[in-house]
Amino acid sequence: MNNATRALLVAAIAVGLSACAKKVREEAPAPAAAPAPVATAPVNDGRYGPEDLDTVACLRQRTILFDFDQDSLKPEVQAVLACHAKYLQDRPESRVTLEGNADERGTREYNLGLGERRGNAVSGAVQAAGGSAGQLTVVSYGEERPTCAESAESCWGNNRRVEIVYTAR
Amino acid sequence: MTRYLTPFIFLAALLAAPFQARGQALELDIVGGNAAALPITVVPMPYLGTAVAPDTDVGAIIAANLNRSGQFRTLAESSLVEKPIRGAEIQFPTWRVLKQDFIVVGRILDAPDGGYRVEYELWDVAKQERLLGLAMSGRVRGMRDIAHQISDQIYEKILGVRGAFWTRIAYVTATGPLNSRQFALMVADSDGVNPQTVVRSREPLLSPAWSPDGRRLAYVSFERGNSTIYIQELTTGAREVIASFRGINGAPNFSPDGTRLALTLSRTGNPEVYVMDLASKALTQITRHFSIDTEAVWTPDGQSLVFTSDRAGRAQLYQVPASGGEAVRLTFEGDFNAKASISGDGKKIAMAQGSRNVYRIAVLDRSLAQPRWQTLSPGNLDESPSFAPNASMVLYATKDRGRGVLYAVSADARVRQRLVLSDGDVREPAWSPYRQR
Repeated sequence: MNNATRALLVAAIAVGLSACAKKVREEAPAPAAAPAPVATAPVNDGRYGPEDLDTVACLRQRTILFDFDQDSLKPEVQAVLACHAKYLQDRPESRVTLEGNADERGTREYNLGLGERRGNAVSGAVQAAGGSAGQLTVVSYGEERPTCAESAESCWGNNRRVEIVYTAR
Repeated sequence: MTRYLTPFIFLAALLAAPFQARGQALELDIVGGNAAALPITVVPMPYLGTAVAPDTDVGAIIAANLNRSGQFRTLAESSLVEKPIRGAEIQFPTWRVLKQDFIVVGRILDAPDGGYRVEYELWDVAKQERLLGLAMSGRVRGMRDIAHQISDQIYEKILGVRGAFWTRIAYVTATGPLNSRQFALMVADSDGVNPQTVVRSREPLLSPAWSPDGRRLAYVSFERGNSTIYIQELTTGAREVIASFRGINGAPNFSPDGTRLALTLSRTGNPEVYVMDLASKALTQITRHFSIDTEAVWTPDGQSLVFTSDRAGRAQLYQVPASGGEAVRLTFEGDFNAKASISGDGKKIAMAQGSRNVYRIAVLDRSLAQPRWQTLSPGNLDESPSFAPNASMVLYATKDRGRGVLYAVSADARVRQRLVLSDGDVREPAWSPYRQR
């Protein structure tokens, strides 16, 4: 990526920050295992904390979808990635694995490459928005971990994805 | 009158009871016919010994093998009016009326060392000439192997091409719901019988590749959380991690002499083809390109690699010297060509070919002045072609009513046979080399 496109990317992220994208699937809410809130609520200093991963809408969006045989990010996902980037900045001890996936079309080893490209695209965008490379790991599963098995675009579209997995909050 | 009617009655019997062979775990169906196939009768081979009769029907295995090849069609057992077990007992006029070109007769005896001895003869019906008269001895549990070896001898005697029935296939199964799948790397006989588990995992397994001596399998497993290449000895189960670098570790393929392994690593940031010297583990990087370069396979002379690359936009096949150098594009038909399998003589390359949303197995014949293309499969999501060692058939994976299945198709595309696991998906087939006698 050259400097001009990087600058454009950052600008796009800034524009998109105000609202979270709609085309990104939401994670199921995490089980309410956290202790009940008590009177000692911390003063909000604008930084994300671990509990925000379960409550803040854009942080709960952890699946990024892609077009067929493409690894370019759709404009609407930039806001979500910027949100995760801010979390990583606010919580330097947090770690994320970006799991790249592909639909079933094409060969399995080629799709390993495609899944990795998608993971790298997300990693690059998160870093451009302020996340550090040391917090990010990309793993490609290719077409080996589908979320659905029907041979139709409705299913393929959901399998062409990068999953943002927090391994340390 | 009766004499004239007899063939029609036999024909009716054939139509009423189409040939079907059933494996223990894989279901075999012949979905297409081959009118040009050579008619051959394999007479059941009775047990004439005094111990316990073998539980293997040697004649039935031979008949199923010959049918599956697409080169032969056998007479149904119900049509056998006579069942000779020795050449001297063959009434040739009977088999001429039945329009048989060849007849195989035999019997099973006790071997002095406790196993069995199969004596069989192959006869040319028209010439009334004995083409083969051989005896094969084996252990009680080795009778399927004997039947496959006899099939190979018959195939080679008639066609002049070495048979590939006494070989094995490796494949991957995935069972259970999507969120808790169980994966297994399996090895079975070439007819799908005798499935044995090589490795089982809760994480994906893929890309099995045979060593040239047929004793080891290289494969990719995600059990460590990232793709990792292993090489495993089949008889002992002992295995070794070959590559576990950052990024992708994939697409292993043994060199024809077994000393080197082609593989894909993305440790530099994107997938590149490498060659590893297996003794020293030293790596040589073969490709240097920002595209996806993967699925390298060796040409039979060990001099070149054919690999998949999307450097021209979509995936196509390229050839590069095995020591590195400039890659030359091989495929100019179809939007997408990937995962090459090269025939043992180096003349043909089978691949998964995609055009729009349709993926089929295509073969490129490079032995002619003009490259010739042939489509071997009729499906929508066909992939992972693997040539038999004699290139007479190609094994491939596809989806049938939502389920992963394997097909074996004859090299002329006229006879296809489905191999389906009773449960779950079957995928990633790899045909073994010839077994060593």
